Amino acid sequence: MTYIFDGTFQGLLTAVFEWFERKPGKVMLKSISIFQPEAFAESFTVTTNAKKADRVWVGLQKKIKKDWQRKYYCSYLSEIPEAYNHLFQFTIYIFQNQMGAESNYGNPHVIALAKYAKSVEREKHRMEAFIRFQKTGDGIFYANIDPDFNVLPLISNHFKNRYADQQWVIYDLKRKYGLHYNLASVEEITISFSNGANKHNLAPVLMDEGEALYATLWKDYFKSANIVARKNTKLHLQHVPKRYWKYLTEKAI
Amino acid sequence: MFDRIREKLNILADAAKYDVSCSSSGGTRKNTNKGLGDSHASGICHTYTEDGRCVSLLKILLTNHCIYDCLFCVSRKSNDVKRAAFTVDEVVELTMNFYRRNYIEGLFLSSGIFKNADFTMERLLLVVKKLRLEQNYNGYIHLKTIPGASEELIKEAGLYADRMSINLEMPTEAGLKLLAPEKNHEEVIKPLAFVQQQISQFTADKKLIKHVPKFVPAGQSTQMVIGATPESDKDIMYTANAFYKNFSLKRVYYSGYVPISNDTRMPILGTQPPLLRENRLYQTDWLMRFYGFKVQEILNDANPNLDVDIDPKLSWAIRNMQHFPVDINKADYKMILRIPGIGVMSAQKIVQARKFGKLRIDQLKKIGVAYNRAKHFIVCMDSPYQLKDYQGTQIKAFILAESQSKYLKTDSNQMILF
Ligand code: SF4
Repeated sequence: MTYIFDGTFQGLLTAVFEWFERKPGKVMLKSISIFQPEAFAESFTVTTNAKKADRVWVGLQKKIKKDWQRKYYCSYLSEIPEAYNHLFQFTIYIFQNQMGAESNYGNPHVIALAKYAKSVEREKHRMEAFIRFQKTGDGIFYANIDPDFNVLPLISNHFKNRYADQQWVIYDLKRKYGLHYNLASVEEITISFSNGANKHNLAPVLMDEGEALYATLWKDYFKSANIVARKNTKLHLQHVPKRYWKYLTEKAI
Repeated sequence: MFDRIREKLNILADAAKYDVSCSSSGGTRKNTNKGLGDSHASGICHTYTEDGRCVSLLKILLTNHCIYDCLFCVSRKSNDVKRAAFTVDEVVELTMNFYRRNYIEGLFLSSGIFKNADFTMERLLLVVKKLRLEQNYNGYIHLKTIPGASEELIKEAGLYADRMSINLEMPTEAGLKLLAPEKNHEEVIKPLAFVQQQISQFTADKKLIKHVPKFVPAGQSTQMVIGATPESDKDIMYTANAFYKNFSLKRVYYSGYVPISNDTRMPILGTQPPLLRENRLYQTDWLMRFYGFKVQEILNDANPNLDVDIDPKLSWAIRNMQHFPVDINKADYKMILRIPGIGVMSAQKIVQARKFGKLRIDQLKKIGVAYNRAKHFIVCMDSPYQLKDYQGTQIKAFILAESQSKYLKTDSNQMILF
């Protein structure tokens, strides 16, 4: 039996609700975007329902502590197809067992969630580290990203607290949405890039006068801080994998 | 203007880079004034140099002019290098603009000593005051304490800095005397003790009065240069241990000496910096701070130097086979921490998970145990039956054969492998 849901967090929780309502035995959860109907397998399409989802979430919050609620949400943000099924099975497992069942690292779903959460947290941490703002002519600090996982919801507070006195935009090119902090609150935005515009680098004409100076000084600094006698390329690449270089001012040629 | 500031930055960043401390952790300044910045308790590395070291702070000297002539230092008076000095405003502007672009976690400001200690300390103080009071800057500040500066200046600086540090430079007094006759450890110990005493004073006041200002909330650290003088690993780590204990230091840094002169009292230019040794020292430091080892267990008169081919945790285990094998399903947490191949995270998970049933090999692997290493020291549910007890030396040979390349080539202070 396969349950199909719409890929939303609420949809996932609704699926759990439906399962407990029907108790159909072993079920796989799949997102509609990857579901391929098989001739003989039964399937059931979950209709996302905010009320049902809420009830499951409230219940889950009573069963697992804050740190695991966060692992749960992070696993969801990974957007990995198998993660949805693990989340689904994990929820059922938690509801069917005593408090504290989430620390059973012998359980495959517990381990799976811990792993997903770790990857997502690492990506979040990398974004907090590797995002480089460019100051635009109208005084907004702007950065593009295309992270492996959907981490914007996780980094919003960090940037809001840190850069409270400057307007900023962080834009996820892959998922086509971004965050704009307007000195009061953070809002979700979408930008329509004109065709042919270079999405990764802002055109110099849009930039603040000081931008080129500070970018240059930063590149200089990065070079000066290196100790040639200690060169260790392997370690360097391990910490700053190549796929992140496009973000980094100091790595731009 | 553009070119002049570039040149200054190149000179003064270059001169500052041999101070290895880059930690930006332990800051807890919250952005409550809607200003700029918010220090993270755990710190962030914003990038890594090509030698693999974390870049978290803008690490610069205010000036590389210096009246002293310490042999191990690039800024020493007798060295023929270009000199430069930032103005207070230049440092403030650079810090603010780098911070706003998310390049850095904060500022690490040190200085050569020009005119005298107080004159230098006053300038450093001006920078941090301006950042905190005029610019509403809440990012991280690591400030060097200038040896010999007056207690009033040090105390005032402590109100604005997150961390203060002062370098021991050489692990022993004798080593220091050899290379910097004008200096002594006493000069370092005095301000360390003074700041430490202030920190406890402020902490005590905090319990009684609500709004006590922060005083060096991220604590103090120090650095020793390794390999410039002939100390043993035991000398180095015993000194480190004493400083951790006596001054509640947050970190001791070990900096493999990078040759910068041809003076025959030290390794000459072109000698490789002792990176592997540095790594072993950091591993030992870790074992002392997070794994419950006493320094005497790792280094003592019988073993005054750390093994080169294997890490200190494995060395200890091999010398103390009487404690093994450890039963993963029964042993207490402290003992599990001592097993080679098991880190803090894995040890915690093991202790939690075994409440739900006895653990098997495949579960240990999933938890993150380096099983190939750990297997020589543990038993779990489905451990294969051992026909004979291996000697420590045999186990060492097995492990080395398995991980030849990995362990001999490891040569960085940031990489901690157990
Ligand atoms: S006093 Fe400091 S800056 Fe001056 S030479 Fe000695 S170590 Fe270098």
